[in-house]
Amino acid sequence: MLAYIFRRLLYALPILIGVNLITFALFFIVNTPDDMARMQLGVKRVTPEAIEKWKADRGYDKPLFVNAAAGGVGTVTETIFFEKSVRMFVGDFGRADDGRDIAREIKARMWPSLAIALPTFILGLFVTVSLALLLAFFRATALDFWGVVLCVALMSISGLFYIIGGQYLIAKVWKLVPISGFGDGLDAWRFLILPVFIGVVSGIGSSTRWYRTIFLEEVSKDYVRTARAKGLAETVVFFRHILRNAMIPILTGVVVVIPLLFMGSLLTESFFGIPGLGSYTIDAINAQDFAVVRSMVFIGSVLYIVGLILTDISYTLVDPRIRFS
Amino acid sequence: MSGFQIVVLWSDILVWLLLAAGIGLGVLISRSPPLLAAWRRVGASRPGMASATVLLAFVLVGLLDSLHYRPALESQPGEQTQYAIEVLSVLDALVGPLRTENEKTYSSPLATHLHAKETTEVPGVGTVREFPRLKFGGVHLDDPAQRGGDVAMTALRAVGLAALVWLALAALVAARCGGWAAVWRGRTRFAWNAVLATLGAMLLVLLPVFLLAGDYHVFGTDKVGQDVLYQILKSVRTALIIGLVTTLVMLPLAVVLGIVAGYFRGWVDDLIQYLYTVLNSIPGVLLIAAAVLMMQVVIDTHPEWFATAAERADLRLLALCFILGITSWTGLCRLLRGETLKLRELEYIQAAQAFGVSNWRIILRHILPNLMHIVIIALVMDFSGLVLAEAVLSYVGIGVDPTMTSFGTMINNARMELGREPVVWWSLAAAFSAMFILVLAANLFADAVRDAFDPRAA
Repeated sequence: MLAYIFRRLLYALPILIGVNLITFALFFIVNTPDDMARMQLGVKRVTPEAIEKWKADRGYDKPLFVNAAAGGVGTVTETIFFEKSVRMFVGDFGRADDGRDIAREIKARMWPSLAIALPTFILGLFVTVSLALLLAFFRATALDFWGVVLCVALMSISGLFYIIGGQYLIAKVWKLVPISGFGDGLDAWRFLILPVFIGVVSGIGSSTRWYRTIFLEEVSKDYVRTARAKGLAETVVFFRHILRNAMIPILTGVVVVIPLLFMGSLLTESFFGIPGLGSYTIDAINAQDFAVVRSMVFIGSVLYIVGLILTDISYTLVDPRIRFS
Repeated sequence: MSGFQIVVLWSDILVWLLLAAGIGLGVLISRSPPLLAAWRRVGASRPGMASATVLLAFVLVGLLDSLHYRPALESQPGEQTQYAIEVLSVLDALVGPLRTENEKTYSSPLATHLHAKETTEVPGVGTVREFPRLKFGGVHLDDPAQRGGDVAMTALRAVGLAALVWLALAALVAARCGGWAAVWRGRTRFAWNAVLATLGAMLLVLLPVFLLAGDYHVFGTDKVGQDVLYQILKSVRTALIIGLVTTLVMLPLAVVLGIVAGYFRGWVDDLIQYLYTVLNSIPGVLLIAAAVLMMQVVIDTHPEWFATAAERADLRLLALCFILGITSWTGLCRLLRGETLKLRELEYIQAAQAFGVSNWRIILRHILPNLMHIVIIALVMDFSGLVLAEAVLSYVGIGVDPTMTSFGTMINNARMELGREPVVWWSLAAAFSAMFILVLAANLFADAVRDAFDPRAA
């Protein structure tokens, strides 16, 4: 198994290099650092000196790939590509425009993001799988029909509406929880209830419908008929046979997002003023802090690839037919 | 208005091209019996046809909004005609007062007075704090207290008119399809009863709204006094373009690369798989954010490329479609690759290969037609997701140009309004409801199409 994981990690390396090259091309070749400087400084303050200073502050004043002037190892290392892209592989993301170290910022902001994303994920999974199981259990009845209609309606509502509407109704009109903010340690729970609740509700429509289709596909399989023919009760058929088999396709979609929970949610965090990675990204986008956006793209891809590897491992754990090969 | 100069925006060209492509596809489908049979099944589905009716109404608004011109300015005889800077569309001309009659600031739906008190100087009395009358809303009333009666009368007239129009349409359909009973009991091959019921509901809602819009701001006005109904109408085109042009970008990439990877295998397959795995492993929003940020830099550093603000907003919209397309083709590509891998092992493909038919001909004649159902399903399924994504992206600040009206920019501009005292709810409510209706119709239509085309569902 260890050998398998090691091999998968090796496969992941070329993909990460690809991601790195794409982001590098996007940020430094589509636009030259001069263009970025001109845009950030605004029309009025553009002087050649100001552009040079902007570039020097960020280390963008070096050549892209080959620095012939530096000589020796410096020909390769003292370039934008090496300093800004290659060093990401060892966790060095450089500094944001406000001078702070991005890596340290990420380490600090990861936890508030996780505090929202993890409960939302677990509760959401529990609620939607239960609802889907309910609909599948009462398949082809009025409950199933109207349940699906409700799901389609729920998934047609914009995610923004859930957040804006929920915040207005629950926090402002009913005054049940604080509108936004975040506290230290255990005190944070008051601020977490509403975003978690809204996160769960906004996911109900599409997930329930998706899991219901998976359950229904299992229901029509032969082993289910065999189980019924043996005289097993319908509840036993559902919880012992169908639920366990349906977990395999459900796992594919679910395990892969677990590492990404660290990234938080852009919308939720910005609406509720949570100092996590999602709001960090949004602030960086609005302030056009290219270094931060670049780092987040890289980290997001790393986490996604970790998720893919975890998915493969979880397959072998739940499905004895699948072996490492 | 003395004259006008036709303006053709890039997105207009694409919209009309899409329409032409749709008609062309229709002709192709009518020649292929299996696809035609599948579309007949869509036509027989009641939710499918009800939602298609709603979608058609949206498309009509979008098409009217895709014919642009610049009106001529008043000029002295003998002078050369000058044209206005602003680019208008046929829709703007049709809705006339909705665009031009702006108030000072917020006013609630059907209001006769502004939403907030203002201090005014009244001669002989001194300063008074009161709600000032609107410049347009209910200005024909001598006494604002008559508003209730006036609104009710107009609505009643509109409902009467709606009933007449609907009866005429229903009679037409009944005459063509073998009588009332056949239509209502659903004995027609096309789900006419669903279409007529939806049309009736739409007429009952839309006619009163548009008749009232002649005298009032039916959905109120926003912060700068613009009519909310007008903004909703303008947003429709943006949403349709995002939903449709994006698939236009995505489709060729996904289809060509997917089939080529599955058919030729070997290093081509490895390369294409590598490409989509890399793109897929960057979280979508972040890739879009990075690409849009870079696009902004390009647009900002090249102001000389754009003659008018409308052109800049237009190209930015297309660039956004392009970016969304680049980031969303991977799923369909993987699906098509897998399906092609299965198809190429089938006997009839091997027979074609044994006869010495060229690879490209096999792909075009034997593989592509058998993948059409997947492509059509993916096309209709993606639409609603893209419309919803536009709102989120515009909110985050990486969506359409802020000067372009879209559901996202409407929501973004109104984000603080629920925090005001008294609450301003109509902008948000109108934008969310319009978006909900569009996306719901698209979802229902997509379901009907999937049920009809998916061989597993049959």
